[in-house]
Amino acid sequence: MAADLKFAKTHEWVRPEADGVLTVGVSSYAVEALTDLVFMQLPAVGKKVKAGESFGEIESVKAVSDLYAPVSGEIVEVNAALPGKLETLGKDPYGEGWVVRIKADNPAEMDGLLDRAAYDSLVGSQPH
Amino acid sequence: MSQSLLETPLVGWHVAHGGRMVDFAGWRMPVQYASIVEEHLATRRAAGIFDVSHMGRLTIGGTAAVEWLESLLTRKVAGIEVGRVRYTLITSDAGGQPVVLDDALVSRDTDAVDGTMRLALVVNASNRDRVVAWLTSRLPAAGVTFADRTLETAMIAVQGPLAIQIVGSLCTPADAARIAGLGNYRATSAVVAGHAAAVSRTGYTGEDGVELVVDAAAATPVWEAIHTAGAPLGLRACGLGARDTLRLEAGMPLYGHELREGSDPSAIGLGLAVNLEGRSFPGASHYGGLRNHPAGRVRVGLTFDSKRSAREGDAVMQGDRQVGVVTSGSFAPTLGTAVAMAMVDRDVASPGTPVEGVIRDSRQPAVVTPLPFYQRDKRRA
Repeated sequence: MAADLKFAKTHEWVRPEADGVLTVGVSSYAVEALTDLVFMQLPAVGKKVKAGESFGEIESVKAVSDLYAPVSGEIVEVNAALPGKLETLGKDPYGEGWVVRIKADNPAEMDGLLDRAAYDSLVGSQPH
Repeated sequence: MSQSLLETPLVGWHVAHGGRMVDFAGWRMPVQYASIVEEHLATRRAAGIFDVSHMGRLTIGGTAAVEWLESLLTRKVAGIEVGRVRYTLITSDAGGQPVVLDDALVSRDTDAVDGTMRLALVVNASNRDRVVAWLTSRLPAAGVTFADRTLETAMIAVQGPLAIQIVGSLCTPADAARIAGLGNYRATSAVVAGHAAAVSRTGYTGEDGVELVVDAAAATPVWEAIHTAGAPLGLRACGLGARDTLRLEAGMPLYGHELREGSDPSAIGLGLAVNLEGRSFPGASHYGGLRNHPAGRVRVGLTFDSKRSAREGDAVMQGDRQVGVVTSGSFAPTLGTAVAMAMVDRDVASPGTPVEGVIRDSRQPAVVTPLPFYQRDKRRA
């Protein structure tokens, strides 16, 4: 599962789709670490985002966290059902729990992201 | 994790049971085991067990103990009976201006075998060092013994509608009956799961329950016995995260948030913790003046119309005017919505007043709400 994914150090995952658009979500590690999710703020469709900048927010009982764009581009679709069903993030973080789809300005930016093994190694060394 | 963090005698249990350990006021403490919401709701429905050993436990004894505390605490101590627990503030005096050093529980234990009085203070972990330093600096030449027993002992809170039943099941029938018959803010001693414990009907969750002080070596066996007895009834171990959401729903102030060094106790609803009649604790005359001429912002509750809460430090607005600042805020699991406590201008403090919390770059509508947000059904007990 999730072998074709790339990960940002900020815990977002990216999957290239057949149409060239990138699906972006939140890693299962991050969802589990946050726990008790209560709120999610999604961007508007059409919004331009820059790699490393916040495109949304996710809030747990304890804290608010930013969602960071893994690549620069345009938000072409959002998972509008997700904020009302945040448990989906925990149940199916790499499927139904997707967050946004981004049309990348420069698909080569994907090369700067981590593969599964590198991401697992990163989070494996972090305390919860 | 820093090597210098203090650890409670229960740290091994917390780590073995998935506790997410954080630095809290210099202590390595569990913020949660799994879900804060589930721990919170277990405490409301059945019971929660909390390691509160990081709280400072100070003992005071000697022939002049009561007189000494009477001169230092905002709450009247003279005449305190054995087994009574009182909520108090500890103030110092900086050039006529009182400084609130901490809030605390003061209690009178049974007298020592030689007949001298024994009292105890429970203070916040974050303030323990400076409270100990302040009190030590005020010790008289004779007649008072004062000791910080935090590291030799442990403190376990068992809170929730089944707390008394669960703890009682680990005591002799006589001890169980005495604990069940304790009034709020009363204390006794008992043997719990084979270990001597100071038992008080106190807590910080808005639920019925007790707090136990035991020797450090007894902490894990007592904790495990309560956990084993209570788990089939729905008891869960709870971390500091649930402790904070529970006290927020119960409208209880927390030092460093609602209560600060320069606070006017009356303005945060703690007027009853300050007894002024015939008193001369540090700052007493200043508080007397404030009581006659109330001014400044007051503590209120805010209920949001979303699950998203303003957090500490966020502005409270009414139109273009900032009318206050949030001191604590969170999603409230029992209520299913977000709530906060805030210090606001007196003209917007009436229940029902609409305001907005500034959450990052957006504004979240809220309404001023009487505290506490949550009150247990006392008929159930």
